[in-house]
Amino acid sequence: MKFGIVVFPGSNCDHDCYHVVKNVLGQEAEYIWHKETQINGFDCLILPGGFSYGDYLRTGAIAMFSPVMKEVKEFADEGGLVIGICNGFQILVEAGLLPGVLMRNKDLKFICENRYIRVESNDFPFTRLYKKGEVVRMPIAHADGNYFADDETLKRIQDNGQIIFRYCDADGNITENANPNGSLLNIAGICNEKRNVLGIMPHPERCAEDILGNVDGKRFFESVLSSF
Amino acid sequence: MIAKVYVTLKKGVLDPQGKAVQHSLESIGYKEAEDVRIGKFIEIKLADIPKPDAEKKVKEMCEKLLANTVIENYRFEIL
Repeated sequence: MKFGIVVFPGSNCDHDCYHVVKNVLGQEAEYIWHKETQINGFDCLILPGGFSYGDYLRTGAIAMFSPVMKEVKEFADEGGLVIGICNGFQILVEAGLLPGVLMRNKDLKFICENRYIRVESNDFPFTRLYKKGEVVRMPIAHADGNYFADDETLKRIQDNGQIIFRYCDADGNITENANPNGSLLNIAGICNEKRNVLGIMPHPERCAEDILGNVDGKRFFESVLSSF
Repeated sequence: MIAKVYVTLKKGVLDPQGKAVQHSLESIGYKEAEDVRIGKFIEIKLADIPKPDAEKKVKEMCEKLLANTVIENYRFEIL
């Protein structure tokens, strides 16, 4: 399987994603510079975390007009698998590939810590190796992860089962205390209606190896592999 | 020609920055500051084009990039 990792000016988790794909999964990986206007031969695209364009104007807002985004949209329209992690998630919502928006964290702070999240759905290319309702631990590192959507959109994504990950406590309870950033419904990750585009605020690529003390994110990438 | 664009959060969208500033104003004695909403002010220097065209273009700029209409409203004036 060949993964493309899109690099924007200011991306900083691109190498982590590349490393996991190449050295942990043993798959092909290639960086795609954001100026590319033609991308071919990829099975999955990853928009990594970071601070594309210094988060100017709004997180992800400038990156959505990078030339490569036209290609990313076409790839997604044709059913290709697209993953946006952290800043990548912010870019996907700004670009309209995912509904809603990610706002400044409720307490205005940049939060960098491990968090429990519950896998809400596993009939899905990115989570099929997790159990439905399983609680996993992944690091978050963001200042703008507060998911917001209007009532109508929120109801729609709920009814369609598009909410894939929610912040929870160690026992899987969805509580206000377990919500780090004020996200509506404790949302940590959602997908599009066609279920081929996923946005996730936590970083599975930062917890995919024993040496890092946590391998909960490894199955995220293995799920993608197994669904291919 | 100059376009002055104001981007503000929609009603009902929580504004933690505004809240923090309101608390701060209150703590330094401005009890009358009941609510604070923080927005963005953007000034664009435009080429000399007819005003109706400029209005159309600036509206497009707001819709496409300057505001995220999921959470923000915008208004502008052209001078």
